[in-house]
Amino acid sequence: MLFRRLLIRLLTMAVTLFGVAVIVFVLIRVAPGDPIAMMLPPGATEADIERLKALYGLDKSLVEQFFIWLSGVVHGDFGTSISLRQDVLSLVLGRLPATLELSVVALFMALMIGVPLAILGTRERGTAVEAGIDVANGAALSIPDFLWGLILILLFGVLVPVFDISGRVSPQLDLPFTTQFYLAESILRLRFDLTRDLIGHMLMPALALALPLAAIISHLLKHSLKEVMDLDYVVLARVKGFSETQVILREALKNAALPTLTLVGVQFTFLIGGTVIVERLFSYEGLGNMAIDAVINRDLPLIQGIVLVFALLFVLINLAVEMTYALLNPRLRHG
Amino acid sequence: MAEARIAVRHFNARLWLSGAWLLIALLAAIFAPLVAPQDPLAQDLMLERLPPFWLQSAEPGYWLGTDSLGRDLLSRLIYGGRIAFIVAFVAASVACLVGSALGLVAGYFGGWADRIVSRIVDIWMAFPPVLFAILLIAVFGTGLGSVIIAIAVIDWTRFCRVVRAEAMAQARMDYVESARIAGFSRIGIMLREVLPNVLPSIIALLSLEMGIAVIVEAILSFVNLSISTDDPTWGGIIAEGRLSIHQAWWVLVFPLITLFLTVLSFSQFGEGLKARLDPVLR
Repeated sequence: MLFRRLLIRLLTMAVTLFGVAVIVFVLIRVAPGDPIAMMLPPGATEADIERLKALYGLDKSLVEQFFIWLSGVVHGDFGTSISLRQDVLSLVLGRLPATLELSVVALFMALMIGVPLAILGTRERGTAVEAGIDVANGAALSIPDFLWGLILILLFGVLVPVFDISGRVSPQLDLPFTTQFYLAESILRLRFDLTRDLIGHMLMPALALALPLAAIISHLLKHSLKEVMDLDYVVLARVKGFSETQVILREALKNAALPTLTLVGVQFTFLIGGTVIVERLFSYEGLGNMAIDAVINRDLPLIQGIVLVFALLFVLINLAVEMTYALLNPRLRHG
Repeated sequence: MAEARIAVRHFNARLWLSGAWLLIALLAAIFAPLVAPQDPLAQDLMLERLPPFWLQSAEPGYWLGTDSLGRDLLSRLIYGGRIAFIVAFVAASVACLVGSALGLVAGYFGGWADRIVSRIVDIWMAFPPVLFAILLIAVFGTGLGSVIIAIAVIDWTRFCRVVRAEAMAQARMDYVESARIAGFSRIGIMLREVLPNVLPSIIALLSLEMGIAVIVEAILSFVNLSISTDDPTWGGIIAEGRLSIHQAWWVLVFPLITLFLTVLSFSQFGEGLKARLDPVLR
């Protein structure tokens, strides 16, 4: 039953998030440096220390401290950033849209590269074209996004400087945006000049993130498509006189897409994880870039907030993937 | 039959090629003081941004050119290999030991052991790896030990998931049942019967993981969160190259090629070894 499955998934999700919270809490508490000693001026008395400890709940047991901290986190109180002196939650929410837009554009690009290649490879199966696609897939897969980013910087930033390799938007532009979702807002406001500038900045980092995923999509979808191509109903469509491309698009694709879809969901979380370093490479002002600055500045509240938000995002994506799978798969729908 | 023979030769070629690169890079790193043409830390502003040897205005003795401080690039790459290989071997081995042990127990015993281990793996998968790594570095501070700990703490799940699935499949096989009937203890069966059959996958994964560890170390040293000393690292050289990319492309290109060949070789070497060791494929 779908409802029962959903309930079980929600429960395991809660357990996972609780586990994440425990690990983050323990790690932050293990970190060297006494938070009280840093707050007090020199010459503070023993009584001052005790009073401050009581104020922050540090005189309680570690378990009690954890639940005080957790209830704060659940209510959106992630503390104050040490280096930026601002509320962590608003800092994180301010940067999250940039990272989400980059990830979604990268996912879209991976699909736009991977799916046509899979269809082409299926149509030309057994030929040199398919062999070429296999080699390209292998190469794209064995190079991680960090190296892809550097290769793209060399190719399109230096050798043929056609794309921007730094920042999210050209600094001289006047931005009329009220939200941080620049790309979405530029389209909604019909400011396509800004859209072009934003896309121009996103293209290279998004491609670095997209290439390994495109290879996975192309590889798996081609495999599934080739399996379906010999089934009766596909042969029937061919006999009816549809061209090979039509047969793939109209008949085979919708039955072969399910395994790929599930995998894309899981891989999408890896792609989002990759934004941390790719944003750094391209000086893109997203959450990942902020996380690295936070660590360099030893800003533990900020890094803790970023990790928790990423973890929540990952768990939610996995849940969404599983629910989509359950809805689309007829065996599970009635099972 | 002919096809199979070609496949075997193909595997051998990739085993030998990747093995050769790894051996050369490893030996160069171990004997760096003997092999490196220059002192990797020696700065000379008279020699800054020299191009590689085939270009005009190159200096003899500086084969791959110099960076913006006049330090010899080839020597820095050779010395950088030391950190890369230490991290690769130690971090990957620790991750392998922890992950394989937990995966073996979870997969073979099932039940509560499996439930607990799987839940922990689920929790771990909710952390983005690079972010998790820099969080651990933030907590433990920079340094070689922290980098190794961070990689091992993050990547044990990779071994755990694969070994668990394989041990689970092996546990259902007839030979395990016969061993049980013959009166062997469960731990004995796990170590003497199941483990050898899972070993080829573990070895392939170990080699792959060494490549991943090299990349993670490069990423951490790229953002200056790896080792805090002046020792050259591949990621550190890449960071310098990224800054001077318009003046001296070679400072980015050569470490990039080195990193690429090393990572590719580790994964291909692992696959090749697996094909050699796997009793079914052999």
